[in-house]
Amino acid sequence: MYTDIVMDHLTNPRNMGEIENADGIGQIGNPVCGDIMRITIRVKDGVLEDIKFKTFGCGAAIATSSIVTQMMHGKTIKEALALTNKHVAEELGGLPTNKLHCSNLAADALHLAIKDYLTKNPGAVEGVDPANIIVKDDHDEEQGPSCGSI
Amino acid sequence: MDRIYMDYSATSPLRKEALDAMMPYLTENFGNPSSIHWFGRTAKKAMEEARASIASSIGAADPSEIIITSCGSEADNLAIWGVMETYGKKHIITSAIEHHAVIDTVKILAKEGYEATYIPVDEYGLVDPEAVRNAIRPDTGLVSIMHGNNEIGTIEPIGEIAGICKEKGVLFHTDAVQTLGHIPINVQAIGADLLSFAGHKFYGPKGIGGLYVRKGIRLEPQLTGGAQERKRRAGTENVAYIIGMAKALELAIAEMPDETRHLTTLRDRLIKGLFERIPEIKLNGHPTKRLPGNVNISYKYVEGESLLLHLDMNGIAASSGSACTSGSLEPSHVLMAIGLNHETAHGSVRMSLGKYNTEQDIDKVLEVYPGIVAKLREMSPLYVKTTCARKEFCDESGTCSVNK
Repeated sequence: MYTDIVMDHLTNPRNMGEIENADGIGQIGNPVCGDIMRITIRVKDGVLEDIKFKTFGCGAAIATSSIVTQMMHGKTIKEALALTNKHVAEELGGLPTNKLHCSNLAADALHLAIKDYLTKNPGAVEGVDPANIIVKDDHDEEQGPSCGSI
Repeated sequence: MDRIYMDYSATSPLRKEALDAMMPYLTENFGNPSSIHWFGRTAKKAMEEARASIASSIGAADPSEIIITSCGSEADNLAIWGVMETYGKKHIITSAIEHHAVIDTVKILAKEGYEATYIPVDEYGLVDPEAVRNAIRPDTGLVSIMHGNNEIGTIEPIGEIAGICKEKGVLFHTDAVQTLGHIPINVQAIGADLLSFAGHKFYGPKGIGGLYVRKGIRLEPQLTGGAQERKRRAGTENVAYIIGMAKALELAIAEMPDETRHLTTLRDRLIKGLFERIPEIKLNGHPTKRLPGNVNISYKYVEGESLLLHLDMNGIAASSGSACTSGSLEPSHVLMAIGLNHETAHGSVRMSLGKYNTEQDIDKVLEVYPGIVAKLREMSPLYVKTTCARKEFCDESGTCSVNK
């Protein structure tokens, strides 16, 4: 059900952990859904110098977090803000349909970390207002059927 | 890689003796049991012998009390709809932890104008028979309470519940899909009016099951268009599979004492070993009133699907009540019904042991599992390392100096 790329990130997660005294922290999801991602960033001259993740969740949740840290390492804030959850899924070679919504939140977590950074450092990146970084967390309102028979 | 199968509650392999018994009826003795000629008669005779064997295996009074179905879910559907459509009563009682084949069917009834009561369970997953008594009304048509729970393995007091139903004049159905062939069942001793089962849970074939219906109970057929199964279930009978199921059941019952010893020994060793090696875990289900092969444990701070994938990479096959295994958000209704919070419910894994598991399988799990849990906890934003391994079981955890 998962691609080899997903399985690779699950087995060998990249940049797992937490940056101490991070410049920005973004967290999304909640335990009700079974997915929580926390991304911490270090920013220098408008560039993501370091990104780390911690994730509670299924294989898709872990793989999306891991690959986001890899994809965005060394990228500018503006490039990072252009990233979508859809890009992340594509980079993994696709995700099962039922995982596209519920576990594919890593880009959102990164955007929240950037928002946090820009809120603490207003004007750090020209032309980007943290108030305009909107991450819709409709996750906890989502209702699904239960998990099926085991 | 050596693969270890620990998902026997999902399904079991077909045993050789059952396959051998089936083969002639897939090939040369292929007749339709409804045909009048030699081919038909040969098939019919073998099928009726198998039916009699199943009846005797479960302590039924007469072979005609066994209706063959395509699976356990069909048997549950037939029991519930069949009874409710026949007797004109409006109310049905079931438990909060039934298999979906029962609980979803009851939910559909409730949408179609029937009234349903879902009896809650305690923290071990046990139904209180007195709660069933109190829920029975004059218009109650059926009480359906499972025998053994498929997720947490809890064995329900169905004899007591059946007694209450009899006293109150209400029909009692039990889903025994997880228990038949694994723990002793005698339908007359239990006092069940209807009982569902499925062949592939006791080393018989998939795609075959059955419903015991006590003589005298009428049942509106759910499949129509033929006189098979005494007009209660139309369709050409799956002769070979019925024979395979009967053979597997006969052997399961003969081997049950040894099998139970084998499984409970492995089960208890696995549970004990995991508790010794992994901190902050919780056994779900009843400590003693549980299926011989069931181990269901919540691993705090980690999610079930990630655990399953890592176990699978190590050649170990298990399953999970975590929502993420299906991509929905709500964890299993069973784990929620026993009072787990979402986070704990998401981190649960079921290992169901069977005939072909060995001590070496348990050793392998105990060797690799602690590392998997540690790796995923390291990754989890919810995990806060403590020096106290028993934090969640400790009333003093708030004030405990070790924990701080």
